[in-house]
Amino acid sequence: MAAVHGDAHGHGHDDHHPSGIMRWVRTTNHKDIGTMYLWFSFTMFLVGGFLAMGIRAELYQPGIQILEPELFNQFTTLHGLIMVFGAIMPAFVGFANWQVPLMIGAPDMAFARMNNWSFWLLPVAGTLLVSSFFVPGGAAAGGWTFYPPLSTQGGLGVDLMIFSVHILGASSIMGSINIITTILNMRAPGMTLMKMPMFVWTWLITAYLLVLVMPVLAGVVTMLLTDRHFGTSFFNAAGGGDPVMFQHIFWFFGHPEVYIMILPAFGIVSEIIPTFSRKPLFGYSSMVYATASIAILSCVVWAHHMFTAGMPTVGQLFFMYATMLIAVPTGVKVFNWTATMWRGSMSFETPMLFAIGFIFLFVIGGFSGVICAIVPIDIQVQDTYYVIAHFHYVLVSGALFSLFAGVYYWLPKWTGHMYSETLGKWHFWLSMFFFNLTFFVQHFLGLAGMPRRIPDYNIQFADFNMISSIGAFGFGLTQLLFLYIVINCIRGGEKAPQMPWDGATTLEWTHLPSPAPYHSFETPPIVK
Amino acid sequence: MGLMNSNSRANVLMFKKLMVFSLVMFVFGYALVPFYEKFCEVTGINNLLQPDVLTKDNWVDEARWVTIEFDANIRGLPWQFKPLQSSARIHPGEPITVMYEITNSSNREIAGQAIPSYSPRFLEKHLKKFECFCFTKQVLKANETRQMPVQFVIEPGLPADVDTVTISYTFFELPDGGNTAKK
Repeated sequence: MAAVHGDAHGHGHDDHHPSGIMRWVRTTNHKDIGTMYLWFSFTMFLVGGFLAMGIRAELYQPGIQILEPELFNQFTTLHGLIMVFGAIMPAFVGFANWQVPLMIGAPDMAFARMNNWSFWLLPVAGTLLVSSFFVPGGAAAGGWTFYPPLSTQGGLGVDLMIFSVHILGASSIMGSINIITTILNMRAPGMTLMKMPMFVWTWLITAYLLVLVMPVLAGVVTMLLTDRHFGTSFFNAAGGGDPVMFQHIFWFFGHPEVYIMILPAFGIVSEIIPTFSRKPLFGYSSMVYATASIAILSCVVWAHHMFTAGMPTVGQLFFMYATMLIAVPTGVKVFNWTATMWRGSMSFETPMLFAIGFIFLFVIGGFSGVICAIVPIDIQVQDTYYVIAHFHYVLVSGALFSLFAGVYYWLPKWTGHMYSETLGKWHFWLSMFFFNLTFFVQHFLGLAGMPRRIPDYNIQFADFNMISSIGAFGFGLTQLLFLYIVINCIRGGEKAPQMPWDGATTLEWTHLPSPAPYHSFETPPIVK
Repeated sequence: MGLMNSNSRANVLMFKKLMVFSLVMFVFGYALVPFYEKFCEVTGINNLLQPDVLTKDNWVDEARWVTIEFDANIRGLPWQFKPLQSSARIHPGEPITVMYEITNSSNREIAGQAIPSYSPRFLEKHLKKFECFCFTKQVLKANETRQMPVQFVIEPGLPADVDTVTISYTFFELPDGGNTAKK
């Protein structure tokens, strides 16, 4: 295949770098690594999407048609794991790799060699996860939260999942250390913390959350592993352990994880809304404080995932009120975005459409989150499709839409070409339509009592499920259009000017040509 | 890497601090285990396996009868396990002792642990157990039979609409004789 030549350690010249496959294997360039993160996460997005299509195909009609229940459970479990750990998280790290150095005027990430390693751990972990379908007993099937006793009883697939989570955790921790160090130590002269772009702020806080909770996840899967193979009884009731304790430790990681997947999305949207409103971001400092408040609050609300697991009323009340409190800083953000658009001279290019779509749909997901936080209602909707609808509104129309918005926004800077605005708008409107077709009806299914993670259902749920499945197939196909648009943009298209968007103010637009050169900001810019 | 600028020492220092922080958080994950147990013990959330003490103001409600049903289960070990009486009728507040019998019908020594389960679920709040074979692991030699008591009181505070309760035990096998188990 690709010849292993051309690597002459030519670091002397800016425009010379190794070519062929070894360029990608050995690269320490933040732009190359960012690109690889993004392609990896898109690949995993297609794999996770394939699993989602399988789930929706089975649920198209009542009865068992395509997936036997065991395989269906593997599909739901791996769909969740792959989308969370393989698609959404690495995609945001890809954005951080590309954009953080460009936006703070740094030449590269702080630890370029470690950056390479954090990336190359991901394909290993992804392969372990995907290959677990093909081992005896199949993949893990106890849900993406891998609660014991199912996860202490499962087969080899569970072990592969545990190793994979270990590797992904190590990658995330290294990535976060890199991001924190880059942001804190390598900003251009004059760029004080309170002058940093919002995207950089949200990633700084996210990276701190990651080093706070990823080690706890590593700990809890290690306990699971020793319970499975080395005779410990952390979660084994017979040995004096407690399966409910797993849920507490898992969600101590799991809830901040939710914000790890949404704070960088807030950051991307906070860059795009001001640009296309041609106004500075309204309430910058309140945005920073709101982000920090959300991060802190996210660490004390975990048990709202466990209202039905058995908890004293006092505990339920505390976690209910703490959870509802998060709506306050989140509301501050939504208010600020709206106020930024207010009387701005707005234009509606694709990034802006996705950003506005994000705000609109994320607010719906946020409100259904407040509804789920109310204990008596949560006891009703726990493990129903209402919860599925809720978290897909925050993760798909929240995190994923912001990723699309960010890709369209920065593609001109990354590739030097403009994407097709017509196709981009098609991508947005089709995604918007099919997303709501898929998930809005799931609110009704959940309120009517349809349980999640079950391949069959009562015929009273048939119509809404058929609508939801049609929406899902449409949403899946629409994403192939996105792939086409991106490839088209990389290969050619209208030449992008240095500043394709009028209102952009961050360093990558004001100081760097399009495409951004392979080595940028080797002499740092001066920020006034 | 071409990045050996004045930042690199500060970066390495930051790297070390953050690595230490990550390791501390890994240990913290494990520290949550004893913390969780202590929390449950102090708040009395999960004290199924510890002896209770009777409050001083206990009294016997002779106007009321409660039927207690005893249930015994085995999960995955070659034992027989049964209560010597299937039910009892008592006044709330009255102490009662019930005998259970376990037999190891295999040819090897096996350690097991009984886990209680109550119905209705809130019975736990009103059930005070002074002695139970579930407080410790039980080690049975090959073909050994043992009779073990459970001694308890159901407090008169049990809601008035409850006239039948069930106390159930399930024996689980402890791997490698329960040496690595925590209790």
